[in-house]
Amino acid sequence: MNVLCFTVLVAIGSLVAGLLGSLTGLGGGVVLVPLLTLFFKVDIRYAIGASLVSVIATSSGAAAAYVKEGFSNIRIGMFLEIATTFGALLGAFLATRISGSLIGVIFGAVLLYSAYLSARTRPPWAGNDPPDALATRLRLNGSFPTARGERSYNVYHVPAGFSLMFGAGTLSGLLGIGSGAVKVLAMDQAMKVPFKVSTTTSNFMIGVTAAASAGIYLNRGYIDPSLAMPVMLGVLAGSILGARILVQTETKWLRLVFSVVIVLLGLQMIFQGLRGKI
Amino acid sequence: MATSQQPRAAVASGTVWSDRRIENIIGNLLRTGVSVSALIVFCGGVIYLFRHAGSPADYRTFHGEPADLKTVPGIIRDAFTLEGRGLIQLGLLVLIATPVVRVAFSIWGFAAEHDRMYVIFTIIVLATLLYSLLGSGSAF
Repeated sequence: MNVLCFTVLVAIGSLVAGLLGSLTGLGGGVVLVPLLTLFFKVDIRYAIGASLVSVIATSSGAAAAYVKEGFSNIRIGMFLEIATTFGALLGAFLATRISGSLIGVIFGAVLLYSAYLSARTRPPWAGNDPPDALATRLRLNGSFPTARGERSYNVYHVPAGFSLMFGAGTLSGLLGIGSGAVKVLAMDQAMKVPFKVSTTTSNFMIGVTAAASAGIYLNRGYIDPSLAMPVMLGVLAGSILGARILVQTETKWLRLVFSVVIVLLGLQMIFQGLRGKI
Repeated sequence: MATSQQPRAAVASGTVWSDRRIENIIGNLLRTGVSVSALIVFCGGVIYLFRHAGSPADYRTFHGEPADLKTVPGIIRDAFTLEGRGLIQLGLLVLIATPVVRVAFSIWGFAAEHDRMYVIFTIIVLATLLYSLLGSGSAF
């Protein structure tokens, strides 16, 4: 395959990955690294570098739209970014110490877990508990716009959410993904933040988390410009498209379909990693 | 797209109005950073493809990048020669810097609201980011 053909194919694949990642709030990275390693036979270190860069583009491009619509909670985002950026440094450090095959297997396991999280149905949170003292002190409670005006919400279980965010940051730095699934889990499930606020705040945080490990990846030569170019431009185009659609789309079916794709890619990553083919 | 948000911001209370204003500026900042980055990467990509379209593409084995594409001063030096890969790497550097600038701006935003706790939180995040981008080269 020559450079032109390779670039065009990678750009198209990245566009689809960015679109799906943005619509589901799981980020383009989760399908991008398997796409590059399994189908384009790219070394997983280059794939992770390109993915990290595209994750920043996805996050910043989509967050620009969400922030203006008032869904994101900037205080929740900034407070939890302390945990995710420290985690990201640890993850990028770990990435230099373990083999590509092992990273592939861990990647597959994370994909399977992400699919499980996003497919699981859960009862809607009633939100009638009294406000949490720590969350109030940290000023994390907020409000977001709905069809019937502003709806306010309270945040709970801050330490659990903060710990999960450290884990999300570590995975992001190790695997070059946004860890959107774990971030949404931490906010939506542990901290009881409304789903739409969780996904948009997660998107907002992903860029900062990815930038924390991208610096290390850049300094280490994992970011190849000729590979990152079609990946970044493709994912960016897809994510901008996705951000326009999200605000008026029911995400349930889409998340289910995306979960199936993630399961298949996860199994393949584990299988190829164990065979030492990654 | 954002013009419809103004009425809601105007009727809300003082701090909320301030928060909304900061959110708007951050939104514009992110959009500008990503647009500038994408434009530089695209130009670099065109130059690169123009020169290398027919060469074989091989990313199967990891070689690491040459020294001048790994450090901030090296990338900036390279980009000024208008070499395709150097220009793309400059665009990617702008992209990585966008969230960093966003965090730096948030310090000012929280300071304007006299929110000392969040100024400290934001400084911690900014220090971590700057260490990664500028200080991690020799540590690993």
